[in-house]
Amino acid sequence: MSGVRDLPSGAASAGTPAADAVFFDANGLACPAPIPEVQRVILGHGSGGQLSAALMRDVIGPALAAAAPGGPLNDAAVVEVAGARLAFTTDSYVVSPLAFPGGDIGELAVNGTLNDLAMMGAQPVAISLAYVIEEGLPFEELRAITASAARAAVKAGARIVTGDTKVVGRGAADRLFVNTAGIGLIPDGVAPAADRAAVGDAIILSGPIGLHGVAIMSVREGLEFEVEIASDTQALNGLVAAIVGACPDVHVLRDPTRGGLSSALNEIAATSGVGMVLDEPAIPIPGPVRAACEMLGLDPLHVANEGKLVALVPAAFAEPVLAAMRAVPEGADAAVIGAVVADHPAMVTIRTIVGSERIVDMLVGEQLPRIC
Amino acid sequence: MKYLDEYRDPVLARKLIAEIHRITTRPWTLMEVCGGQTHTIVKQGIDEALPAGVRMIHGPGCPVCVTPLEQIDKALAIAARPDVIFTSYGDMLRVPGSTTDLLALKARGADVRIVYSPLDALKVAVANPDKQVVFFAVGFETTAPANATAVAEAARRGIDNFSVLVSHVLVPPAMVALLESPANQVQSFLAAGHVCAVMGWTEYEPIAAKYHVPIVVTGFEPLDLLEGILMAIRQLEEGRHEVENQYARAVKRDGVPLAQEQIFEVFEISMRKWRGIGEIPASGYRLREKYARFDAESRFSVGDIHTQEHPACIAGAILTGEKTPLDCTAYGTLCNPQKPLGAPMVSSEGTCAAFFSAGRGLGGVRTLTPAMPLLQVAPIAPARELDRTEAAR
Amino acid sequence: MCLGIPGRVVEIRDDGGLPMGKVDFGGVRKDACLAYIPEVQLGDYVIIHVGFAISRVDEDEALKTLEILAQMGDLVQTELATMGPGMDAPAVVSDDDGPVSGVFATPATGAPGGAA
Repeated sequence: MSGVRDLPSGAASAGTPAADAVFFDANGLACPAPIPEVQRVILGHGSGGQLSAALMRDVIGPALAAAAPGGPLNDAAVVEVAGARLAFTTDSYVVSPLAFPGGDIGELAVNGTLNDLAMMGAQPVAISLAYVIEEGLPFEELRAITASAARAAVKAGARIVTGDTKVVGRGAADRLFVNTAGIGLIPDGVAPAADRAAVGDAIILSGPIGLHGVAIMSVREGLEFEVEIASDTQALNGLVAAIVGACPDVHVLRDPTRGGLSSALNEIAATSGVGMVLDEPAIPIPGPVRAACEMLGLDPLHVANEGKLVALVPAAFAEPVLAAMRAVPEGADAAVIGAVVADHPAMVTIRTIVGSERIVDMLVGEQLPRIC
Repeated sequence: MKYLDEYRDPVLARKLIAEIHRITTRPWTLMEVCGGQTHTIVKQGIDEALPAGVRMIHGPGCPVCVTPLEQIDKALAIAARPDVIFTSYGDMLRVPGSTTDLLALKARGADVRIVYSPLDALKVAVANPDKQVVFFAVGFETTAPANATAVAEAARRGIDNFSVLVSHVLVPPAMVALLESPANQVQSFLAAGHVCAVMGWTEYEPIAAKYHVPIVVTGFEPLDLLEGILMAIRQLEEGRHEVENQYARAVKRDGVPLAQEQIFEVFEISMRKWRGIGEIPASGYRLREKYARFDAESRFSVGDIHTQEHPACIAGAILTGEKTPLDCTAYGTLCNPQKPLGAPMVSSEGTCAAFFSAGRGLGGVRTLTPAMPLLQVAPIAPARELDRTEAAR
Repeated sequence: MCLGIPGRVVEIRDDGGLPMGKVDFGGVRKDACLAYIPEVQLGDYVIIHVGFAISRVDEDEALKTLEILAQMGDLVQTELATMGPGMDAPAVVSDDDGPVSGVFATPATGAPGGAA
């Protein structure tokens, strides 16, 4: 052991039986390919950033092509039925632990689906609730989570009309996975979409960011910290009704969940082929969210939200929409945080304190706490 | 937050920038040693606000970036073992080894866990007495006391299922190596504030004197960086070459003696390899004989793993400041934060990742998912092939 | 390297022989090892790196640095107003005009603080 450190670099590798398995021959590589493509799903594929987009583009999208002539799948779709425009969505929820400061998986699953509908401008008609349960889950916990899901639905004026329950063996699921689907009705004249951002639009954020992500991180094994904040999980259909009331032609609605505000805005900018400029001091970041991000080396703009939205509206509507949003509790802290510009299409920038502009990047892979 | 917000004041930042412009009469090349400083400089666009002739070279001070490929391969070999729980700081998980990275290994079933502190790794060891718990002890002098304490605590409390894979590096030898390089362009250093918080700055005084380079111990907030740059340029303009301390609120000349004692109780100075740079004598730490039983390299017989760095990567020239990512043919095409070829693209504070994140040299327009040519690559090695201990026997 | 942020010590205890404490970072509290800073007292600010206090923040030095920065330069108030916290104006720097003079001129003796 002791002599190993003193060997010249690479000298020990040649010719040993194990060399083929691990060593690269620097001269023998046909092309620079140091990292073999990992043909498996890794956790980062689910984190809402660039890897998620790549998974959809490279794996799921092509395989679905025959059944999805409309192109890439969005969080929710518009289906016309007998003259009515229905929004239709489904989403699965995996969160550990099942209960966290400010909510639990039941509430999260209902609100998440309500919000996917709301981002189409829709008001909910009916939703479903399905469980995959790992054996061993206490009744008490299941009862509490279900009651919490029901409360969230009632609060938002939505009905849970169908559902399913499956039980799997130990280790086949992490205690409880929840799927919800929903349909909602889109009012006439309302058609927000990610490709409708237009130069001059005001970017309005409904409230402080990062609460859900930090609340979850605070109870995650290995990272635990004490913080007096709660997840912001809430249904946004009431807020959307207020926005649509003030500006039926709202161009884009988006809830910045996984991947945070930066990923949501980058996706909109890319889909619409426009640039965005943000005003950093205008973005409300709660003190504890900032503090937790400083401590772990994370960017608050990458942290998940579960009860916030960004609305892109023509500049002339910014004031009335802002007033309408602030009149409902979910939008009390709404603020204009930036504008859509013609410069640098598909890129979101932010003005820094020294007066330079920097690019607001999408989250790459999983958010990992840093030491450096 | 107190002691952070005050140092992000935009009006004071502009005053400092104006003052830097006022006193600068000639081009100067400065290096901020530390990756944390690079992060602030790039994130705030500080280098773009400097006079045209003032160039900031981003230094080798990111422990994740400089951890050599072979140490990553050792980590992968150990983490692939079914009897091991491998614990690491979060930013090491994405660092590519020869065949894979720890995150991908985790996806294949390895028990890889992120810890915030090395004491958390000890807790994992206590909670899992039937498993071998290995901690990836990387870092510069700042992190060394913490990692040393974990080892010393394991010894004191008899936590024998704990061990560490050590990859500790030191700042002053790297600075000397840079200054000795014929390609060196650095005229002044911003020394790493938190390294100096632990170690003090006496080690830097002979370097400043011998190589005639001003060295300014500098903090991490925008005003810290700007003031550090101002102090360095003022020295250069005045022809001085001293060690000055911008980060006086956190750094004393002799550092923190108890932290240093802890380091040298557990570690001794040794040769270390730096990713992209190569071997630098006396540039790191290894465990002392007294604590050798906590050495994961010998416990899992991975000491014979030696790996070549990748040829397309010019990490070495980038880390020494000889080249920028814009000089690299792979930058932004073959190499990006999702598929880092080499060290400085790995950590978000690596020079290449910082450039990429700021969109530098990417043609001004990025698509939602940057174009990544799918490389023709070797088939994935089954996890057991990574178990070098079996293969070596 | 070495992400370290300042926090206030709100609890000090002995954890089986290891001096530990709780540190508050603007509303976030986390355990930290205080072994290297034996003089630390409740209310002190320390810099935490990977769960260890690596330095005690020196308040006098912190204030000194800020005072010197605040005194530096002689910016005209109107200039400040146009580039206040809203940051509507670009940084007042230009590479074309050579060294900035006039309103930005400062006494040559106005050295920033904290010299070694």
